[in-house]
Amino acid sequence: MISEAPTLETMQLPSSARIPVLELEDVSKTYGTNPPVPALQGVSFSVAASELVAVVGPSGSGKSTLLYLMGTLERPTSGRVWLTGLDVAEMEDRELATVRATRIGFVFQQFFLAEHSSLLDNVADGLLYAGVSANDRREQAADALAAVGLGERVKSRPPQLSGGERQRVAIARALVGAPAIVLADEPTGNLDSATGEQIMALIEELNGKGATIVVVTHERTTADRCPRRIQLLDGQVISDTVA
Amino acid sequence: MQTELAAPRLSFPDLARVASVGLRTRRVRAGLSALGIAIGVAAIVAVLGLSASSQAGLLAEIDRLGTNLLTVTNGQTLFGQTAELPLAAPGMIRRVGPVTQMQYTGSTSMNAYRSQLIPAVNTNGLSVQAASLGLSRAVGTSLAHGRYLNPATAKEPVAVLGAQAAGLLGIDRIYPGERIWLGRTPKAGMWFYLTGILKPAVLAPEIDDSVLVGFPAARRYLGVDGHPTEIYVRSITNQTAAVQSVLAATVNPEAPNEVDVSQPSATLTARADAQGALNSLFLGLGAVSLLVGAVGVANIMLIGVLERRSEIGLRRSLGATKGQIRTQFLAEAILLALLGGAVGVAAGVISTVVYAHLKHWTAVIPATAWAGGLAAAIFIGATAGLLPAIRAARLSPTEALRTV
Repeated sequence: MISEAPTLETMQLPSSARIPVLELEDVSKTYGTNPPVPALQGVSFSVAASELVAVVGPSGSGKSTLLYLMGTLERPTSGRVWLTGLDVAEMEDRELATVRATRIGFVFQQFFLAEHSSLLDNVADGLLYAGVSANDRREQAADALAAVGLGERVKSRPPQLSGGERQRVAIARALVGAPAIVLADEPTGNLDSATGEQIMALIEELNGKGATIVVVTHERTTADRCPRRIQLLDGQVISDTVA
Repeated sequence: MQTELAAPRLSFPDLARVASVGLRTRRVRAGLSALGIAIGVAAIVAVLGLSASSQAGLLAEIDRLGTNLLTVTNGQTLFGQTAELPLAAPGMIRRVGPVTQMQYTGSTSMNAYRSQLIPAVNTNGLSVQAASLGLSRAVGTSLAHGRYLNPATAKEPVAVLGAQAAGLLGIDRIYPGERIWLGRTPKAGMWFYLTGILKPAVLAPEIDDSVLVGFPAARRYLGVDGHPTEIYVRSITNQTAAVQSVLAATVNPEAPNEVDVSQPSATLTARADAQGALNSLFLGLGAVSLLVGAVGVANIMLIGVLERRSEIGLRRSLGATKGQIRTQFLAEAILLALLGGAVGVAAGVISTVVYAHLKHWTAVIPATAWAGGLAAAIFIGATAGLLPAIRAARLSPTEALRTV
């Protein structure tokens, strides 16, 4: 039962009984062998459904490594990672890909949009590998674009958009198909501060509608907008505070 | 607690769309790298198509002229001297049941000159032959200009020119009073009036460089004894082999070994088959071009993988498996090669059709040519795309995402 995607009923449980969407237990990651470079050491925390969490730390603190571990793009050297109750360590590459396709949404600093495709196709591609039919993909993509305020521009192409609008498209692509968790890597990093504010406001709004979002950032101002902040330094969690 | 997490397969339209991303976004580059394969396939299709068309043209020509013509010529005696066909030979052949037509020529020792002022050595290699009256029809040719010999002109100093003979003598039309000089030399001989020029005789090319006169005239003016040297026999088509087997004995019962019997259409058919042998050189050139095209595709795909690392990283983060990334790049290489192959087949077919039209052949594109061309393109795409596809799939997603 644990592994099932959140339903209306599970979403309505009191917060204390919520299932953790993401759980890390004593996770370490070391790159290379000669000499080994530790990127993360003994990181443990869990993220419950509908939480908005900021992972904040200076460059080199292990933020990106943590994001990749949470997103199953990398496996920990030691420790365990559960995603919606699934033990990532026990899964094969194909299974991890399916987990990413159906349960995780990524937002990147560089947006990574296909310039020659329409916004609708860009967002629909978020479900390309999830086994959803083409028509359903487009329908859900239109809804997701509407949710980020670009419902009128489904036929535009990325080069016609401003940076903030592009990041909205990327967020719509991460949200389409309602994944269990959205991982945002420096979502405001390529934007001016005013536009960054708007993107954070959008993230808050989407979180308010029930989306579970982890924002990885080095900017304090961005982190301060999140109710929960996990601070990283030299690969270790130095604080985990809830506002 | 583990649920079924089998990765869903991409549907064919999705795969086609994903595989064409690189081609749609880098059109010039895709076009140029497909060009090598297009040229190779075009060369192969055109060579096979042209050879098949020319073969078909020749066979159609043979078919039109008929395969039932047999030629009887005087062979050699046991002592190596030129044998003579008996005077009675034409009459004997006429009695063979399935024979429908029988015509013959008798050679003379005369030369043909445009006029008396031509040096004696300039014979142009032309032969002067006495010919029976239905010869042109029997060998499957007709008159290009003027008319053939008839019972009246056969007795008079009148000549008809073979197609090549007319060319060599510089005569391209017939006008009243036109004449040529027939004799051993320009000093000893006489004028013969021209009455016609024949079209080329494909089945009897020896007629082409001959000057033909009637037998009565040849006997009277050129000292011919009336022995036939070449007899043309038409028979009922399905009896041709049977007629061929009895001809020698019929013509010269005493010495059938001194008679040569041949079927000119069989020689031509063999020549049509032998034509294919020349094609191997051109096919080899086409293959080299295909190889160069393959290297081009492999190169462009490898560059594509390097350039598109972020796309690969994004697709992995969207849930693509290694296999799906591999399939995408492999499909892209195949699509690229197939595109080149299709253009190549089209170019090969068009050039074949145009050339065949100019030559008045029926254009024939053998299935092996176009199907083989496309199959070769697919094979090349798959081979050339394999290494880049494996590289793309092996790329770690985090590495791919970092390199921006």
